[in-house]
Amino acid sequence: MSILSIRNVTKNYATHKALDEVSIEVPEGSVFGLLGPNGAGKTSLIRIINQITGPDSGEIYFMGNKLLPEHVASIGYLPEERGLYKKMEVGEQALYLAQLKGMSRSEAVKRLRYWFEKFEMKSWWKKKIEELSKGMQQKVQFIVTILHEPKLLILDEPFTGFDPINANIIKDELLNLREKGSTIILSTHRMESVEELCTHIALINKSKKVLDGAVKDVRKQFRTNLYEVEYKGTSIGFANALWAGFELIDNKQTDDHHFALVKNLNNASPNDLLKLLINEVEILSFKERIPGMNDIFIESVKNSNG
Amino acid sequence: MNKIWLIIQREYLTRVKKKSFIIMTILGPLLMGGLVAGFVYLSLNQGDSVSEIKVVDETGVLASKLKSTKTIIFKNDTMSVEIARHLFNPNTDYGILYLPKNTLESGKAAVLYTEKQPNLTIVSYLETELQKNIENIKLTEAGIQKSTLDSIKTNISLQQKPVDPSGKDQEFSAGLTAGIGFVSGLLIYLFIFMYGVQVMRGVIEEKTNRIVEVIISSVKPFQLMMGKIIGIAMVGLTQFLLWIILSIAVTSFVTTAMVGKDQKKLIEMQQQQQQQVMQGADTQPAALKAADMDFAGMFEGFNITKILLCFVFYFLGGYLLYSALFAAIGAAVDSETDTQQFMLPITIPLIFAYVVSTIVMSNPESQLGYWFSIIPFTSPVVMMVRMPFDPPMIDIIISMVSLIAGFLFTTWIAARIYRTGILMYGKKVSYKELGKWLFHKQ
Repeated sequence: MSILSIRNVTKNYATHKALDEVSIEVPEGSVFGLLGPNGAGKTSLIRIINQITGPDSGEIYFMGNKLLPEHVASIGYLPEERGLYKKMEVGEQALYLAQLKGMSRSEAVKRLRYWFEKFEMKSWWKKKIEELSKGMQQKVQFIVTILHEPKLLILDEPFTGFDPINANIIKDELLNLREKGSTIILSTHRMESVEELCTHIALINKSKKVLDGAVKDVRKQFRTNLYEVEYKGTSIGFANALWAGFELIDNKQTDDHHFALVKNLNNASPNDLLKLLINEVEILSFKERIPGMNDIFIESVKNSNG
Repeated sequence: MNKIWLIIQREYLTRVKKKSFIIMTILGPLLMGGLVAGFVYLSLNQGDSVSEIKVVDETGVLASKLKSTKTIIFKNDTMSVEIARHLFNPNTDYGILYLPKNTLESGKAAVLYTEKQPNLTIVSYLETELQKNIENIKLTEAGIQKSTLDSIKTNISLQQKPVDPSGKDQEFSAGLTAGIGFVSGLLIYLFIFMYGVQVMRGVIEEKTNRIVEVIISSVKPFQLMMGKIIGIAMVGLTQFLLWIILSIAVTSFVTTAMVGKDQKKLIEMQQQQQQQVMQGADTQPAALKAADMDFAGMFEGFNITKILLCFVFYFLGGYLLYSALFAAIGAAVDSETDTQQFMLPITIPLIFAYVVSTIVMSNPESQLGYWFSIIPFTSPVVMMVRMPFDPPMIDIIISMVSLIAGFLFTTWIAARIYRTGILMYGKKVSYKELGKWLFHKQ
């Protein structure tokens, strides 16, 4: 079931079209990667979901109902352009932002206490934001975003400003939230975090959606049918073993090792290939070459640019 | 509604807790009190410094007639003016008054030599003394007796009273009450500027901190804008109220302390002044006279509650009208240095209102006064200046309604610029662009 359903959304600005008939389904419980080059329209879409702006046409459904102002209490948003009041104390500020999201003060205090303890930042409570380092500020900002336990969490480049250790802490927290039933929309340019976290993706380019679906399906779609084989033996024997359904693309030799790249032409199974090779050479390793998200991203953007 | 209240609270509390607010709140009345104290001190010790003026009189008739006062003493000098100038001692002499032979014929002949730029009071006293005595000499020469002239001289002071059908003998509020109107107009003008700029700064702060997008994912931009405007209005009212209370406390403390020390002198001075006031002599500065009048008498003849209510109304109305525009400017720019080009159209009507109000002071019933007290951009200042002159009720109503309409209008405009501007970074905005923001759909 979709927690968020975006249907034919179009948004025009004075000088350009930001979104053109974009439809996206975000399944409940997924980590949904919203990808696209700079200026593709991601931020416009995110702002529409957060009801900061409205679409010119099209509809948005949240948990089965048309998106309404009161839904902001069930959505958490960490914008790319983010910050806090520099002169305000950490605790006071967190309470203020939590209450704006509709939480009661006492509930907010309780939950903040839990998070401040967990992240070992209890001593920050009375400090002003400007006294904290950038990474510490980001931590406060993250807590404020998730404090009201939103059903839908929208994060725009959440890992910028974190060192690898803290980035990992945040990643773990995101996965925890997902366990607890939150759905996460992740907009980022860091493909390794997409690969690590996302179950679904959508790719927007030039205000149009060009690709979407479950990560494993997208991968299948971009399958190259290439196998990397490391073996001991002669390259002639290796080449002879292949029949019409396979093609040797490349062969490299280092010492007595060979690295070969074989293309599967007829959708034969990898086992078929192995069976052929086993008789001629000694197989050291065998692996299908699967395109990374990075490659998929670059290739689909290239394709859609025509 | 609940969320607007949260925003108002934050805007109010963070500002009221600031050191600068507390310092300004305490310093303001202290400065006021210091000013009043200084003023009282100076007026009490006015007689202490004596200026001695040497008179070199070539006419031979004038010098003996010049009358010395407590502070200005004339001394006849028989030397020539060159020698007198040579022997001038700045420690004991204030100046040399040189009256050449033709002083009686030419009004421009007399010269006052001083070490420094001479005191205006002394100059004007010398001028009137010389004028009076030369006139007397000429009158005598023409065969007119001084006593005859004195009996002819008439002094008119016109009483001003409103037409009252009930036959009660009321009096118009004169100088001081008109002054109250002017001062409240001026206060409104200052308040709009001070706190309007604070609204603008607050918006720019939210923009440069990049917190604005976080907030407007929870509340509507309009709520954020109005919360800020109302919160800052309350800060202004608080400060204003504290100033009044503290000023009264400090001033009364200082004056009683000083008067206690020197009470006799003050009473003496007051009596002297009252005499002069009664005689209609206009030698004392108006402010001194004001200090004399008692507080209750000051408000005789006009409705204090009405003025107070109007003050609060125009105070808030004017602030709301302008602060919405200030908020829009804050949203349209990236930093305070970029605000200049947009500030001008806001400052011009405000300064205009101030200039017009000085004219309206002297002619409250003019067309100029009427129109500028109706136009919402100037009415908060100009109508307050008209207020003590008891403008027709219908004028007040029209003015108030148009101020409300004006406030709604500027808020509508501001909200549209604001909601687009706060999400716009790193872009220099032109007026043309602002126009587009007004009409595109959000």
